[in-house]
Amino acid sequence: MTSPVVDTVNLVKIYQDGEVPVPAVRGVDLRVEAGEFVAVMGPSGSGKSTLIHMIGGLEARTSGEIWLDGQRADMLKESAWALLRRKKIGFVFQFFNLVANMTVADNVELPALLAGVSAKEARSRREHLLGELGLTARADAAPAQLAGGEQQRVALARALANKPSLLLADEPTGNLDSRNTRDVLRLLGEVHREGQAIVLVTHDARVASLADRVVSLLDGQIVDDGGAGLARRRPRGGPGDVIELRG
Amino acid sequence: MRPMLLALLAKEPAHGYELKQALEQIFGSAYPSPNIGQIYVTLGRLEKDGLVRVVDVEQSNRPNKKVYYLTAAGREALETWVDEPTEGPRVRDEFFMKLVLAPMTGIADRMAMINRQRRHYLGLMRDLNELAGRTDRDNRAALLLIEGAMLHLQADLDWLERCQEELS
Repeated sequence: MTSPVVDTVNLVKIYQDGEVPVPAVRGVDLRVEAGEFVAVMGPSGSGKSTLIHMIGGLEARTSGEIWLDGQRADMLKESAWALLRRKKIGFVFQFFNLVANMTVADNVELPALLAGVSAKEARSRREHLLGELGLTARADAAPAQLAGGEQQRVALARALANKPSLLLADEPTGNLDSRNTRDVLRLLGEVHREGQAIVLVTHDARVASLADRVVSLLDGQIVDDGGAGLARRRPRGGPGDVIELRG
Repeated sequence: MRPMLLALLAKEPAHGYELKQALEQIFGSAYPSPNIGQIYVTLGRLEKDGLVRVVDVEQSNRPNKKVYYLTAAGREALETWVDEPTEGPRVRDEFFMKLVLAPMTGIADRMAMINRQRRHYLGLMRDLNELAGRTDRDNRAALLLIEGAMLHLQADLDWLERCQEELS
């Protein structure tokens, strides 16, 4: 029996606004098995980003436990967290956080090189990822020369460069038009098929519908957790029937 | 389906089966294929209203072929259809009626209803993703139709989220 990739126990985050405590996450138990694809949805302010930041070790929890691959992570020192992240976790930030004075290619290769992958392998992995995301021609550009949607895809390529066993992403299609979203969906599908676990925060129903499970947050708590589309019971019809929106 | 058939006949006279094929070709798998019976019933009504006329074309060794063509009144009806604004997105939503009314009767819990509906929409979205994947890249009409359906669903989900925030 393998341990879950992520297991949070009664996870809580309370921000302090002057004298006023503001609870953002209020007792979340979230368990993600190896290779599972989980989408987190919910209104803005429901605690989605805070939750995923805590799982990725980017924000400290207030109380509760975070277990990654069977290892207690929330007690780790910052440096140990960073090491764990480098080995196991890819993170796509909402605002990309690309290294400004490095080319796109170097940004994508960096995490793999830091993890000790050979230069040759890092390069071939980078070429594959940029190709899948339609960014081959942008490899030598600086991040500042790219449009927002391009930066977002570079951030995704970077997060996947290491083949992390867990991909965490905060609104990975938030800046993309529908064609680029399609590329990202295809790549996420590939990552999922290869057995990497994915936990992503999204408003985009196209992304969420691909997940094995959709977790809905409201006011910092899980209010629903289940498979997309598994609940539906529709009579069999041609695929075209889907289009008929109720008038 | 009436105006669609008028539009196809404005291009050239055709018999019923050709109209069915034209609809399938233009909209691809993204549009439910009309059955031939429906097409003939619609053509019959259009004929009764004087919007199309039919001629029998003799064929050797086969029954006569009925070829339909547009009348002047038909062209006028088509122009009216094209020029008038089209009804906007639906404003009366059956789920919303349930959501407001059902809890009053004590037979349903709003949170559970919203969660169920969200899963249903996400299931539809998944079907649309698959449909888009199966659709010929060159069929732009079909792909745009699918994208339109996706955007409507996205709006429905956003609205569901607002309902959940406000009503729970």
